[in-house]
Amino acid sequence: MIVLVGILVVVAGFATRRNPLLVVGAAGVLTGLLGGMSPLKVLDAFGTGFASSRSVTVFAVTLPVIGLLERHGLQEQARTLMNKLARASAGRVLAVYLVLRQLTAAFGLTGLGGPAPAVRPMVVPMAEAAAERRHGTLTDKARERLRSFAASADNVGLFFGEDCFLAVGSILLITGFVNATYHAALEPVQLALWAIPTAVCATLIHGARLLRLDHTLARDLPATGPGQAATADQPTTADRIEETSK
Amino acid sequence: MIKVEWLYWLVGAVFLAMAAQMAVDRGNPRRYGSAAFWGLLGASFVYGTWVADKSAPAAPLGVAVLAMICLAGFGFTGRGTPTAAAPEQRSVSAARLGNRLFIPALALPLVALACGTLLKGVHLGGGGPLLLQTGSETLLGLGIGTLVALGLAMLLTRERNPAVALRSGRGLLEAMGWALLLPQLLAVLGSIFQSAGVGTQVGKITTHFLPDGSKYAAVAVYCLGMALFTIIMGNAFAAFPVMTAAIGWPILITQLHGNPGVVLAVGMLAGFCGTLVTPMAANFNLVPAALLELKDQYGPIKAQLPTAGALLVCNIAIMSLFAF
Repeated sequence: MIVLVGILVVVAGFATRRNPLLVVGAAGVLTGLLGGMSPLKVLDAFGTGFASSRSVTVFAVTLPVIGLLERHGLQEQARTLMNKLARASAGRVLAVYLVLRQLTAAFGLTGLGGPAPAVRPMVVPMAEAAAERRHGTLTDKARERLRSFAASADNVGLFFGEDCFLAVGSILLITGFVNATYHAALEPVQLALWAIPTAVCATLIHGARLLRLDHTLARDLPATGPGQAATADQPTTADRIEETSK
Repeated sequence: MIKVEWLYWLVGAVFLAMAAQMAVDRGNPRRYGSAAFWGLLGASFVYGTWVADKSAPAAPLGVAVLAMICLAGFGFTGRGTPTAAAPEQRSVSAARLGNRLFIPALALPLVALACGTLLKGVHLGGGGPLLLQTGSETLLGLGIGTLVALGLAMLLTRERNPAVALRSGRGLLEAMGWALLLPQLLAVLGSIFQSAGVGTQVGKITTHFLPDGSKYAAVAVYCLGMALFTIIMGNAFAAFPVMTAAIGWPILITQLHGNPGVVLAVGMLAGFCGTLVTPMAANFNLVPAALLELKDQYGPIKAQLPTAGALLVCNIAIMSLFAF
């Protein structure tokens, strides 16, 4: 039972917002020692574990390509494409973004999108403009709801899209862990294919909820006719959000 | 035949080259710490080859891992001066290249997929040795896909100097920072939990409550457990090794002969349902609320709650239907 202390360390560490690397390192050392390993054995365990889980970090090899393409305007082009595709209501803008986010993530392009580079500068202004065109000036409550749903479209799209890609961290974590621990021979392809049914469910469920948002907004707002289009507020910084671990 | 260790050496070489660039980047206030962190990581990828085939001791690699944890955990790493092109330059380039920019980006995963499916089991010159090392076809595909995509991207953008690509990639690496290493460390933690018997303990506790031999109950417990542990720990990657060692592998796969692909993939996705509803996953739920200037910092969680619940039910259904 005493080995379960390691879980408590992880929980307490994450809860008090310590640096996750330190939390995980401390939990590993403590669990090893409590589990009756000698300090040298603990180091051995860290070393072997690291060597057999190298596949999880392999996707870093793709960064130069993505970096080069971004340098030449990949994000700007994605923005142009998005502007062409999305028309009409707020719900539809968000639903289109959900589907695009899922598809690009399923092709491994998890860096296209995200709250800082896409949702705040592009998706929210477009959705708000669409909503104001339709319902007039937005109340604070309606604006909150719309923005919350914009954030949710990004998360749901990312989470349930990326696992259809083979080289994403979570898929490689699964194969790395299982193949090292149980001497299995599991391939990323076998896992990625089985992520598709859930991805389809996610599109249908969350997409439907996003489309229903238009009705909710209409109910919340007095029908005052078309108002002024919202001014797009540009972010001062477009910091990347850490997206490596879920 | 092409071996997976070659890919690890390539990754190690990329990290080492970027570390060398960092060491001479005067714009980074913590350039030596950063260079040490990424350099150690690169060296570990290469040294790992001999640890994996057990021809070198693992303890030195363990020391290196703890050193990396300390370097990043105590704030010795930093970011260099951004090397990204100016926004106007990027817009001009985007207007010139248009949708062709997506070609290399899409070539990468498509080549990876092709290697994982079509080239799997293909022999060199008819009856020769296998072209790609068995069990690593997809990973090798990722490496080959990257090289193909890099070639296409350099051709498309008329960029002759690979160092430019390396430098752009380093910008992304520095932006991600130590978070890049977290999944791998969680995998290490999982294997330590496993050898110390944590999973077995959790398994004992849960099987105590589990009706004998009922696969639907076991599926539900695994999925709910993944979601619950993820809500507590804020991270499905941390929950996965524990729940899989407790129920997923011993009961669903070994005892009830579930298809490992379905069980493990859907199990992880059940964990993601937990990520959607926990403030512990701050970078997905609280940071966007702050970025979007919401008054209610739990706004995104509230918007995600019904979807997460419904998807958890879907996951339980999908696993029950397709795994057995």
